[in-house]
Amino acid sequence: MDPTPFLALSAILFTIGCIGVLTRRNAIVVFMCVELMLNASNLALVTFSRVHGNLDGQVGAFFVMVVAAAEVVVGLAIIMTIFRTRRSASVDDASLLKY
Amino acid sequence: MSVTSSALILLSEEAHEGTVPVIDPTAADGVLSLLWLIIALPALGAAVILVAGGTRTRAWAHLLGCATVLASFVISLLAFFALLGRDADDRSVSQFLYTWVDAGGFTADMSLLYDPLSAVFLLLITGVGGLIHVYSVGYMAHDERRARFFGYLNLFVAAMLLLVLADNYLGVFLGWEGVGLASYLLIGFWQHKPSAAVAAKKAFVVNRVGDIGMALGTMLAFATFGTTAFAGISAVAGEAEQATLTALGLLFLLAACGKSAQVPLQSWLLDAMEGPTPVSALIHAATMVTAGVYLVVRSNFIYDYTEVAQTAVVIVGVVTLLWGAIIGCAKDDIKKVLAGSTMSQIGYMMLAAGFGPFGYAFAIFHLLAHGFFKANMFLAVGLGPAGYVAGLAHLYAHGFFKAGLFLGAGSVMHAMNDQVDMRHYGALQKAVPVTFLTFSMGYLAIIGFPGFSGFWSKDRIIEAAFGENLVIGLAALVGAGITAFYMTRLMLMTFFGKKRWEEGVHPHESPKIMTVPLIVLAALSVFGGLLVLGDWIVDWLDPVVGVTQHHELAFSPIVYSLIITVVVAVGVAIAWLTVGKSEVPRVAPTNVSFVTRAARADLYGDALNEELLMRPGDRFVTGLIAFDDRGVDGAVDGTGAAFAGMSARFRRLQTGYVRSYALSVLGGSLLVVVALLAVNLT
Amino acid sequence: MFPWLTASLLLPIVGAVVVALLPSRNDLPQKVALGFSLATLVLVGLIGFGYQVNGERYQFVEEHNWIEAFGAHYAVGVDGIGLTLLILTAILVPVVILASWRDGDTGRWGSSSFFAWMLALEGLAIGVFAAMDVFLFYVLFEATLIPIYFLIGGFGGPRRAYAAVKFLLFSLLGGLLMLASVVGLYVVSADSDAGPTYLITELAPVTAGLDTEIGRWLFLGFFIAFAIKAPMFPVHTWLPTVAQEATPGTSVLLVSILDKIGTFGMIRFCLGLFPEASEWATPVVLVLAVISVLYGGLVAIGQRSIPRLIAYTSVSHFGFIVMGIFVLNSYGQTGSTLYMFNHGLSTAALFLVTGFLIRRRGSQLVGDFGGVEKVAPVLAGTFLLAGLSSLSLPGLSPFISEFLVLVGTFAYNWWYAVFAVLGIVLAAIYILLMYQRTMTGPTQPAVAGMKDLNLREIGALAPLLLLIVVLGFFPKPLTAIINPAVGDTLEQVGVTDPEPAVPAAAEEESNQ
Repeated sequence: MDPTPFLALSAILFTIGCIGVLTRRNAIVVFMCVELMLNASNLALVTFSRVHGNLDGQVGAFFVMVVAAAEVVVGLAIIMTIFRTRRSASVDDASLLKY
Repeated sequence: MSVTSSALILLSEEAHEGTVPVIDPTAADGVLSLLWLIIALPALGAAVILVAGGTRTRAWAHLLGCATVLASFVISLLAFFALLGRDADDRSVSQFLYTWVDAGGFTADMSLLYDPLSAVFLLLITGVGGLIHVYSVGYMAHDERRARFFGYLNLFVAAMLLLVLADNYLGVFLGWEGVGLASYLLIGFWQHKPSAAVAAKKAFVVNRVGDIGMALGTMLAFATFGTTAFAGISAVAGEAEQATLTALGLLFLLAACGKSAQVPLQSWLLDAMEGPTPVSALIHAATMVTAGVYLVVRSNFIYDYTEVAQTAVVIVGVVTLLWGAIIGCAKDDIKKVLAGSTMSQIGYMMLAAGFGPFGYAFAIFHLLAHGFFKANMFLAVGLGPAGYVAGLAHLYAHGFFKAGLFLGAGSVMHAMNDQVDMRHYGALQKAVPVTFLTFSMGYLAIIGFPGFSGFWSKDRIIEAAFGENLVIGLAALVGAGITAFYMTRLMLMTFFGKKRWEEGVHPHESPKIMTVPLIVLAALSVFGGLLVLGDWIVDWLDPVVGVTQHHELAFSPIVYSLIITVVVAVGVAIAWLTVGKSEVPRVAPTNVSFVTRAARADLYGDALNEELLMRPGDRFVTGLIAFDDRGVDGAVDGTGAAFAGMSARFRRLQTGYVRSYALSVLGGSLLVVVALLAVNLT
Repeated sequence: MFPWLTASLLLPIVGAVVVALLPSRNDLPQKVALGFSLATLVLVGLIGFGYQVNGERYQFVEEHNWIEAFGAHYAVGVDGIGLTLLILTAILVPVVILASWRDGDTGRWGSSSFFAWMLALEGLAIGVFAAMDVFLFYVLFEATLIPIYFLIGGFGGPRRAYAAVKFLLFSLLGGLLMLASVVGLYVVSADSDAGPTYLITELAPVTAGLDTEIGRWLFLGFFIAFAIKAPMFPVHTWLPTVAQEATPGTSVLLVSILDKIGTFGMIRFCLGLFPEASEWATPVVLVLAVISVLYGGLVAIGQRSIPRLIAYTSVSHFGFIVMGIFVLNSYGQTGSTLYMFNHGLSTAALFLVTGFLIRRRGSQLVGDFGGVEKVAPVLAGTFLLAGLSSLSLPGLSPFISEFLVLVGTFAYNWWYAVFAVLGIVLAAIYILLMYQRTMTGPTQPAVAGMKDLNLREIGALAPLLLLIVVLGFFPKPLTAIINPAVGDTLEQVGVTDPEPAVPAAAEEESNQ
């Protein structure tokens, strides 16, 4: 099996997610883009699992999913709270935690 | 001078080495085993009074103080007679008390050495000290801290006794600093006066400079001889290197300069007059300031071998005797005149104590010039020992007359409401007759009036000085003339002339408790000279300082005595012409010659110290503190500040913008990837 | 056998725990702490009496394996030098507790924590002086920083936090360097036949045959740590800062006890483990020591704050102590060990009495006093006596030690002694100048109502001053236990005393 198309798709998705994280201001969108990056790496993991014919990659992908799910729980809660107090979900506005 | 010792001296030129006696004491027994009590009694008195405190001991502290010292005097007398009863060769006694320091290879005992030299000192200290204690009972009667005063006086006496009784240099050092402490406490006794507190500190610090000599000398002695005991050192001193002995001599001379207020460490003595007058009499005239002379004479086994050090002693002596005399001429403060005179008289003693090297040279010169028979009489022993004896005799006489003078001065001040300016005295001979008479005795003694003690002792020194070197002889002679001048000036300004008293001053004679000690001291001033008469003291000290030999003089002693008497008479006459005949102004005239101005300013000794040491020292300390705060500590704080500054810069990277963090994460991972690629490719 | 040393080490620490749990009222923590410290004094006193002067080098030895992989042991035991410092510690802590009775009230935490930390410090210090294992020593050495850090940072002047951090950073830096050397010792010993061991008795033969260069590096790690602790020029500046901010009691514990760890360590570890390197470093160390003596004295003269001044005098005194240690002869080293004890007494007295003075006036500046002698003669008298002991007046105990150090220095090389002896003049100036400015002259209005010392304060000072006077005339009890220990140390280094040029046939020699 030729993994190139899958890996190319994974790379494209990762790059989109990456650019999204770096450029978008809305926290929800940034969050979505992070998810996109995670899933891009999931795709790569599964692809390699297939190539090598063992389950290591798939196990990894499961781990990522679990972590992502946990992250969504905590992350969305934080974003909700920020939105409630500041009436804004822009990541640039929440810059209090600095030097 | 026995025939056998003359014959011995004749044997060879080096024979003079054989004349430095070795200290070889025997263990104390009989009444001499009470020696330790002489020190312990006043020490106990001091401890009781000072620990119990002034208010609790108020009622009886002065009695205790006098009793302990007088008891010490009695024991000293007993010991003295016990010593008299022994053979001349057997008059050195030691008493071992306990081992004081035993550290590694260093040991020093607390043990006492009692020989003719310490014997005369004991009598002087306890005798004059006892009289001054009694006198102080009256003098300090109205001082609320009198108990403490007696505590300090007792402390002083104990320390001074230890100084002259210790059998090693470390023990002497203990007494040496003990008297320094007592002197500090007593000069600053009236602490509420800033001038007294400053004078006390100055005395202590200047003495500490001298102590450098004492400390280093003791160390050098230990490093060279492996012991600090006189007995051990005197046995082998001659075998040490010349340079070592000279260094020892110079170091102990430095110590002596500090304690005995000799140039260049003289500056503290005049200021020390801030203390109560009995203190000036006891410590700063009769006893403590002579400790330097004691040290030099006690170390005769070192000085006899080193000409350089002896010459230094002579120079110091001559300079100081003139220095002190000149200062004495210009002062209006009665106590400062006497202090200048003290310096000058101790200068005489130092001079005498340093006569060694010229003595040896002189002796050899005579060996060549006068041939065999003269050499038989004059060879070899030289003037060293003669000088020691003369110095001591003068010291002894000085102890009496100067104590008498100071106490007299105190009595005058007592009468005049503690006024010290002689310009405010005058015509006191009727108001305070006993003081006047006793003071006159002291006066006649110090100027060297024929028949009085100062005449005998000072004559000897001047004679010896002429025997050494014409210049030194002349200097000593001029000193005698100046002494006569300033003492006469003092007498005239104080007791004669017109009344120049302050308003409301009604002079009255001091109470008996003060005048009786005066009378006793006056009597000693008159008769103390008998000690020299008949050479008693020469023979007495002979076992300690070595065989004594009279030296060849250009003229017979009577001629010298006449010359000295004439010079003294001239001094008295000049004083009479300048001070006695005219009115003494109540305010010191300002349009005076340079010499007078210099003398009033203590010959600029203080100014010199101020300019050369204190100011630069001050600046140096200020500079060092700045260096410490900004340099050393600055480096520490600077390192801290550098890290703080760096972190201030770096933390700017934490902008708080999530997206910039994300970008740096991306950048970082790219960097890692590139790095990995680079590593893999190569 | 009863574990005497462990008991005297644990007793104050147990006391610390007990005191920490007590409520800070009714003077309860003070009283209990005093009780524990006195009990420790009794224990240490018993050890002192049980010590055989001519017995084994290390006595009361207890040895148990601790971490076998490193060769670390719990091993304690005392020789004469350690015992001297043990006694000093045991004497000073009750005195300090008595003198600091009220000083814990105003701190950040209650007085119970103040006295608890003091007891903890005592226990750790006893452990340090008794440790016979380098690893144990290192651990306790660093552990002493904890109580002292809280004592400085919790109780004292306005800039105490700064002072505490400065002190901690200096000490940690030294500790770090020492740690490197401790690790190095492990490597050295693991390579040897003895196997990995930190016992000094087993290490000494190993390090004696060490490669010269390695030995010197290891020596430096220890020496710098101890020099910071001591403190020597130029790493002394933490001491004045701390003295200025800490309570007098803390300063005493720090200067009189903890700083002695530095000089004690120099004898025990620098000389004991690295004799070759010690001799190699001697000239530099001596120059630094002489600089410390003079520099400390000079800078002290110009200080305006009393505790700062005393801190600088200690820099000068520590210069003497280090000098005596490194001249490598019996006079100098006996002098140094005595000096550690005497300096502990005299500096403690000076810190405490000036502490009483400062507490009464509310200012530590010399210029704010004047004429105190008139209103508080007992205070002035004790101040003067403490001051005189600090300037090493003969007849007071520090004189003997200072003189011995100078004799040792003179015997080593008279040049050093000539410079160092100038220190005695500086000492007279800084003490008497301070005394003159604070105690004499007209009484200033601000001190006019000052009360004299009360009974508690006299009670705290009296034992110190009594010891200073008695040991000044009769130092034998101390020199008797120090002499053999010094002899052993010097034998280890392999040096002997210089012979006098013209030895007098003294009777003393027959005694030996």
